[in-house]
Amino acid sequence: MSSPVFSLEALVSAPISVDAMRAKLQEGGCSSTSCGSSAKPDEMPEDVWDKIKDHPCYSEEAHHYFARMHVAVAPACNIQCNYCNRKYDCANESRPGVVSEKLTPDQALRKVVTVANEVPQLSVLGIAGPGDSCYDWKKTKATFDAVSREIPDIKLCLSTNGLALPDHVDEIAEMNVDHVTVTINMVDPEIGAKIYPWIFHQHKRYTGVEAARILHERQMLSLEMLRDRGILVKVNSVMIPGINDEHLLDVNAWVKERGAFLHNVMPLISAPEHGTHFGLTGQRGPTAMELKALQDKLEGGAKLMRHCRQCRADAVGLLGEDRGQEFTLDQLPAQIRYDPSKRAAYREVVAHERGDHQVNKQAVVAQLRALGAEQTLLVAVATKGGGRINEHFGHAKEFQVYEAGPGGVTFVGHRKVDSYCLGGFGEDATLDGVIAALEGVEVVLCAKIGDCPKESLEAAGIRATDRYALDYIEAAIGAVYAEQFGRRVTDAPLMLSA
Amino acid sequence: MALKIIASQCTVCGACEFECPNGAIRMKGDIYIVDPKKCTECDGQFDEPQCAAVCPVPNTCVKAAPAA
Repeated sequence: MSSPVFSLEALVSAPISVDAMRAKLQEGGCSSTSCGSSAKPDEMPEDVWDKIKDHPCYSEEAHHYFARMHVAVAPACNIQCNYCNRKYDCANESRPGVVSEKLTPDQALRKVVTVANEVPQLSVLGIAGPGDSCYDWKKTKATFDAVSREIPDIKLCLSTNGLALPDHVDEIAEMNVDHVTVTINMVDPEIGAKIYPWIFHQHKRYTGVEAARILHERQMLSLEMLRDRGILVKVNSVMIPGINDEHLLDVNAWVKERGAFLHNVMPLISAPEHGTHFGLTGQRGPTAMELKALQDKLEGGAKLMRHCRQCRADAVGLLGEDRGQEFTLDQLPAQIRYDPSKRAAYREVVAHERGDHQVNKQAVVAQLRALGAEQTLLVAVATKGGGRINEHFGHAKEFQVYEAGPGGVTFVGHRKVDSYCLGGFGEDATLDGVIAALEGVEVVLCAKIGDCPKESLEAAGIRATDRYALDYIEAAIGAVYAEQFGRRVTDAPLMLSA
Repeated sequence: MALKIIASQCTVCGACEFECPNGAIRMKGDIYIVDPKKCTECDGQFDEPQCAAVCPVPNTCVKAAPAA
């Protein structure tokens, strides 16, 4: 492979040396033609790109490079949702609303500064529960004010059900909150009544269809008010089979009309042990392929988010990883000063790397178009970030799934798995679970894989290879696709990396 | 007359503290408690006690037995 052995992960693994990061950046000079390229996708206006380019949840591209953290400062909620239960928490559970400890705004500030010093990828601070950030507004505002005084370039975002948002939208705009996520599961109150048993609004508890109707009206008002103030809105919807799965097509149309930037359809999580209403009544969540089918149907409406990991409300790190347990209150220093140098150095490294990556991606699209093949191919990738194939098969906690086709290589989602290899021993039962999770996938790309799991995968009809270790994801998938369906259109061999 | 919080059912969500018009609810250790001296059961302020109205778990903010 001609790929430079360059891994973002190696640059940021502890202990981090800024000098080493800079040295790495200098190595070999600038070998690419894209130096200084903005990496901006063609179809996006400049001002929007500026807002989302470092936001892992708003940009699929940015999620390879940048990390978010949530602080659980707003526990109070004004709605009961049938899929939510904030009472039970386990360190290994990853789902929205779950946290290990609640923080005061002062504690949150200490935590954010500690993380910013140690995790240079950090770009976004979010408040996403366990309650509602707009209902528990005083704590949300106090936290944002304190953090942005200390770290002025951190992006602020919040997540809300929208019921209380219209009361605070002007303050949100003044505070430079660029991104707001509103969870909207219905536009028909009859359907809403099956999802929300009650809401608490203007000192009264409402139930049934009336509650859902008030919620719906406030949510639509929230979207319009945010749009008018130029704040980017992501809409989250929980896909609940048999209740709102088909209805989400209507939701998509309504929210697009009101200017939502991104629509994130997430699968219902409803294990009985979580103690939610849906969990206890046996309401099932959708399968990975059902979710993909719905998302494919929604394509063409409001732009879809497919890289959501449904993280905990106190998650820290890149999407798909959670380092929250390294930053619990008892591990935070009593006094801490913000040191911007690591974050600044990391940004320099990323600006260069993502420019290369973008040029490489465009080349792959051009090559696949030129092939003229009609087929599509589902490929799963093991990655630790940086947009490259750089994770061992056995260490992967999730696979990112891409679809290669005549239009190029697009990200379609991720599949969570239990790591197959723990301490060097592969468990066969776990491997069965991995194979089940990879339903529909034909090829697995990873940095390393042993013969045994490789043969088992092959027996299940899945080809796995480490031939493209450390390559850019799209380039490798393009090469696999071309090998399978293509004929060589020029004499030049397929470009595999920048 | 006052309300109390059944600690074993409380999810410590904090919504009651936030809604209480009298500032009668606060964290004590890991649980929320109602200060009976401040609690008015929202009489004259709202139609019903706000802590009970907002609590996500039924029958968790309940009338305390009158002191003997």
